[in-house]
Amino acid sequence: MAFEKDFNLDATELRLGLPGTSEESEKQASTTLRISNKRAMTDMNEDSSVAADKKCDQETAPPTKAQVVGWPPIRSYRKNSLQTKKTEAETCGMYVKVSMDGAPYLRKIDLKMYKGYPELLKALEDMFKFKVGKYSEREGYNGSEFVPTYEDKDGDLMLVGDVPWGMFINSCKRLRIMKGSEARGLRCVV
Amino acid sequence: MMNYFPDEVLEHVFDFITCHKDRNSVSLVCKSWHRIERYSRRRVFIGNCYSISPERLIARFPGVKSLTLKGKPHFADFNLVPYDWGGFVYPWIKVLAETGIGLEELRLKRMVVSDESLELISKTFVNFQSLVLVSCDGFSADGLAAIAANCRFLRELDLQENEVDDHRGHWLSCFPESCTSLVSLNFACLKGEVNLGALERLVSRSPNLKSLRLNRSVPLDTLQKLLMRAPQLVDLGIGSYVHDPSSEASNKLKHAIQRCKSIMSLSGFLEVAPRCMSAIYPICGNLTTLNLSYAPGIHGNKLTKLIQHCRKLQRLWILDCIGDKGLGVVASTCKELQELRVFPSDPFGAGNDAVTEEGLVLVSAGCPKLNSLLYFCQQMTNAALITVAKNCPNFIRFRLCILDPVRPDPVTNQPLDEGFGAIVQSCKRLKRLSLSGLLTDQVFLYIGMYAEQLEMLSIAFAADSDKGMLYVLNGCKKLRKLEIRDCPFGNAALLEDVGKYETMRSLWMSSCEVTLGGCKTVAEMMPSLNVEIINESDQTEFNLDDGQKVDKMYLYRTLVGHRKDAPESVWILGDLTRSEHHEPSLNDMIQDMKLKNVSGDDDFIIWESNNFKLQGNFSVYGYNPFIFFFHPVVGLGVVASSCKELQELRVFPSAVFGAGNDVVTEEGLIRR
Repeated sequence: MAFEKDFNLDATELRLGLPGTSEESEKQASTTLRISNKRAMTDMNEDSSVAADKKCDQETAPPTKAQVVGWPPIRSYRKNSLQTKKTEAETCGMYVKVSMDGAPYLRKIDLKMYKGYPELLKALEDMFKFKVGKYSEREGYNGSEFVPTYEDKDGDLMLVGDVPWGMFINSCKRLRIMKGSEARGLRCVV
Repeated sequence: MMNYFPDEVLEHVFDFITCHKDRNSVSLVCKSWHRIERYSRRRVFIGNCYSISPERLIARFPGVKSLTLKGKPHFADFNLVPYDWGGFVYPWIKVLAETGIGLEELRLKRMVVSDESLELISKTFVNFQSLVLVSCDGFSADGLAAIAANCRFLRELDLQENEVDDHRGHWLSCFPESCTSLVSLNFACLKGEVNLGALERLVSRSPNLKSLRLNRSVPLDTLQKLLMRAPQLVDLGIGSYVHDPSSEASNKLKHAIQRCKSIMSLSGFLEVAPRCMSAIYPICGNLTTLNLSYAPGIHGNKLTKLIQHCRKLQRLWILDCIGDKGLGVVASTCKELQELRVFPSDPFGAGNDAVTEEGLVLVSAGCPKLNSLLYFCQQMTNAALITVAKNCPNFIRFRLCILDPVRPDPVTNQPLDEGFGAIVQSCKRLKRLSLSGLLTDQVFLYIGMYAEQLEMLSIAFAADSDKGMLYVLNGCKKLRKLEIRDCPFGNAALLEDVGKYETMRSLWMSSCEVTLGGCKTVAEMMPSLNVEIINESDQTEFNLDDGQKVDKMYLYRTLVGHRKDAPESVWILGDLTRSEHHEPSLNDMIQDMKLKNVSGDDDFIIWESNNFKLQGNFSVYGYNPFIFFFHPVVGLGVVASSCKELQELRVFPSAVFGAGNDVVTEEGLIRR
């Protein structure tokens, strides 16, 4: 039994939290407990041990953070005006212009209507009566003279499909379907 | 020696003394200085509108022309105070109007301003020139219309971050054609439309206009016209800034902007298309102030490119979408930077774009003149704070807000005690400090030890025990405002030294461990404090058990007792006799003390007496053994017991105090 003391069992113990956080995570747990008791907090998890676990795990942003009254300490005026901007962006739909090289006029689509790239590309194909090639990260779109591109927030021309869908719809300002030699030029860039 | 100068000379000398604190000190030197300073004082600052009454203000300073008033406690900004708590300006305006004061300037912060008040101002004070409202509410565009229409010599109308009901945009048209005196017009916080033609005409006939801040509704072509008419502008706030860089409108705008060679301060961009920012580059080289904190549309390359043109910046307000890299650009470009504020662009979410300790370290290394910081960030480390403290020992204001309020140092998992400790130890001139992150009692030990100049401290979700609060109350001799939320401080800390609160403007404690009984004790021991309990719960009857924890307590020193305008959710503690307290008149006191009025004068009465009646405790402060200033409410017990050789006593009437930096001689009175 004596030799058990020589084993650093704590170091190998499986638990949530960063290594070497035994005291600190307890302190955080007690801090969390204190927070949980505050009447000002809404929707706080009453189960203190679950809340403590949440606090110990540094990787996840604690979901209750957003519901603390008066935190972060920003003037209501400022909070309200940022909130207005977000709501405006969210409720109006994300309409972007779509142009196709050679087409007489542009179209507009609501990016929010699509769940991902396959749906978007299908909608574009239907709208403009063309077919895109097969997408690969290495070569872009292969097998068609049409290539879907978009202009992002910084004004740069980007290939559709490289970034995650969520990031794409937040940064896409307009779509452009390139055609012919210009499009092939893009494909050649490896 | 100075007594041999005629009053006019002294008055002329005092004209050079503009700082409130200095004027307060001047008034304490002797009777004649007190009198001359009093009649020549034009600007009065009242940090807490409930510390004094308008009647007493006027009695002391009958020549007041400029008044600054602050109302609600600071945490009202963050929705912690009920909307009807108080801070009404109307009673002040009413009294000033009735007494014939020639008010010219009014600056209000966190006060409730009704349309009625604005109307009364506009119709009463013929020489009214300047109205500055910061974080106020209670008024609409109708009140603004009254100001515009009636204040014939208006120079300044400055509305900052107010919640205004402005569905009617007519107010701008109410400036008469004869109004040509405008120097500053800021309506950026209004949400509604304004009459654009009226705006253009107003700017055209205002040759002295130096500062113009527009709201979102002002479109680009109007902006261009305004700039053409006002190339002398020094401060510009752009409302809507969306245009196609290749268009004719954009060219015209570029030309107009380039003519404005005096612009040193730029703000707004409430609606913006980032591609258009290049039109601004020509004026960036002169900018000393840049506020992009309401422009989430500018970020990434466009933002950093803009900043690279601003080599002379001294003050920068920005959103955290600038990122650590962007702060690196600030660090290498803005060598003159003194003040930096980084606000969160997404206050409700996890803030993926937010800045970290890296950005702050970069700025501290690149901007040695940095002295004022407000920094919202994802995380902070002790190492970073220690580096910042070494790089920038000149901080006067240091406010750090980690979005997760109890986050420890992510590298070491330690609390941030050492980091903040380094800041207070290095920055010997620190006056304002806001803490966040995981913090124990230790950080407060450091603050009490080192933060000798600290005047304002904001604490949230910190400390382990009462010791934390005690370190601060015992150590920070210059502390004026202490605001605490969600900390384990209880009655032991609150009651340790209640006299300390008389040396401060106010104390806020919410979601702490203090109980009703503890607060009552403070109220009973300290008649010169108002102790308010704010109870917003749905209970119809506040639990009267003294052991009940108090949700929110706000206490502040005052010379005018309990206020009468508190709503139902606010209880002002203290016994009933005190709530009806009124100051005894001098005659009452003379009767009590069986003193003989030997000589009467407008300013003072000389008494002779062998007979002093002991009454209670108070503090005495005197420069000269023969001249005493004391609070007329309390008795002369200490004088009687300590000044056995007293032959002459001069007593000043109840107007002997100021409304200076908070309250003036009251500060002297209370000094121990």
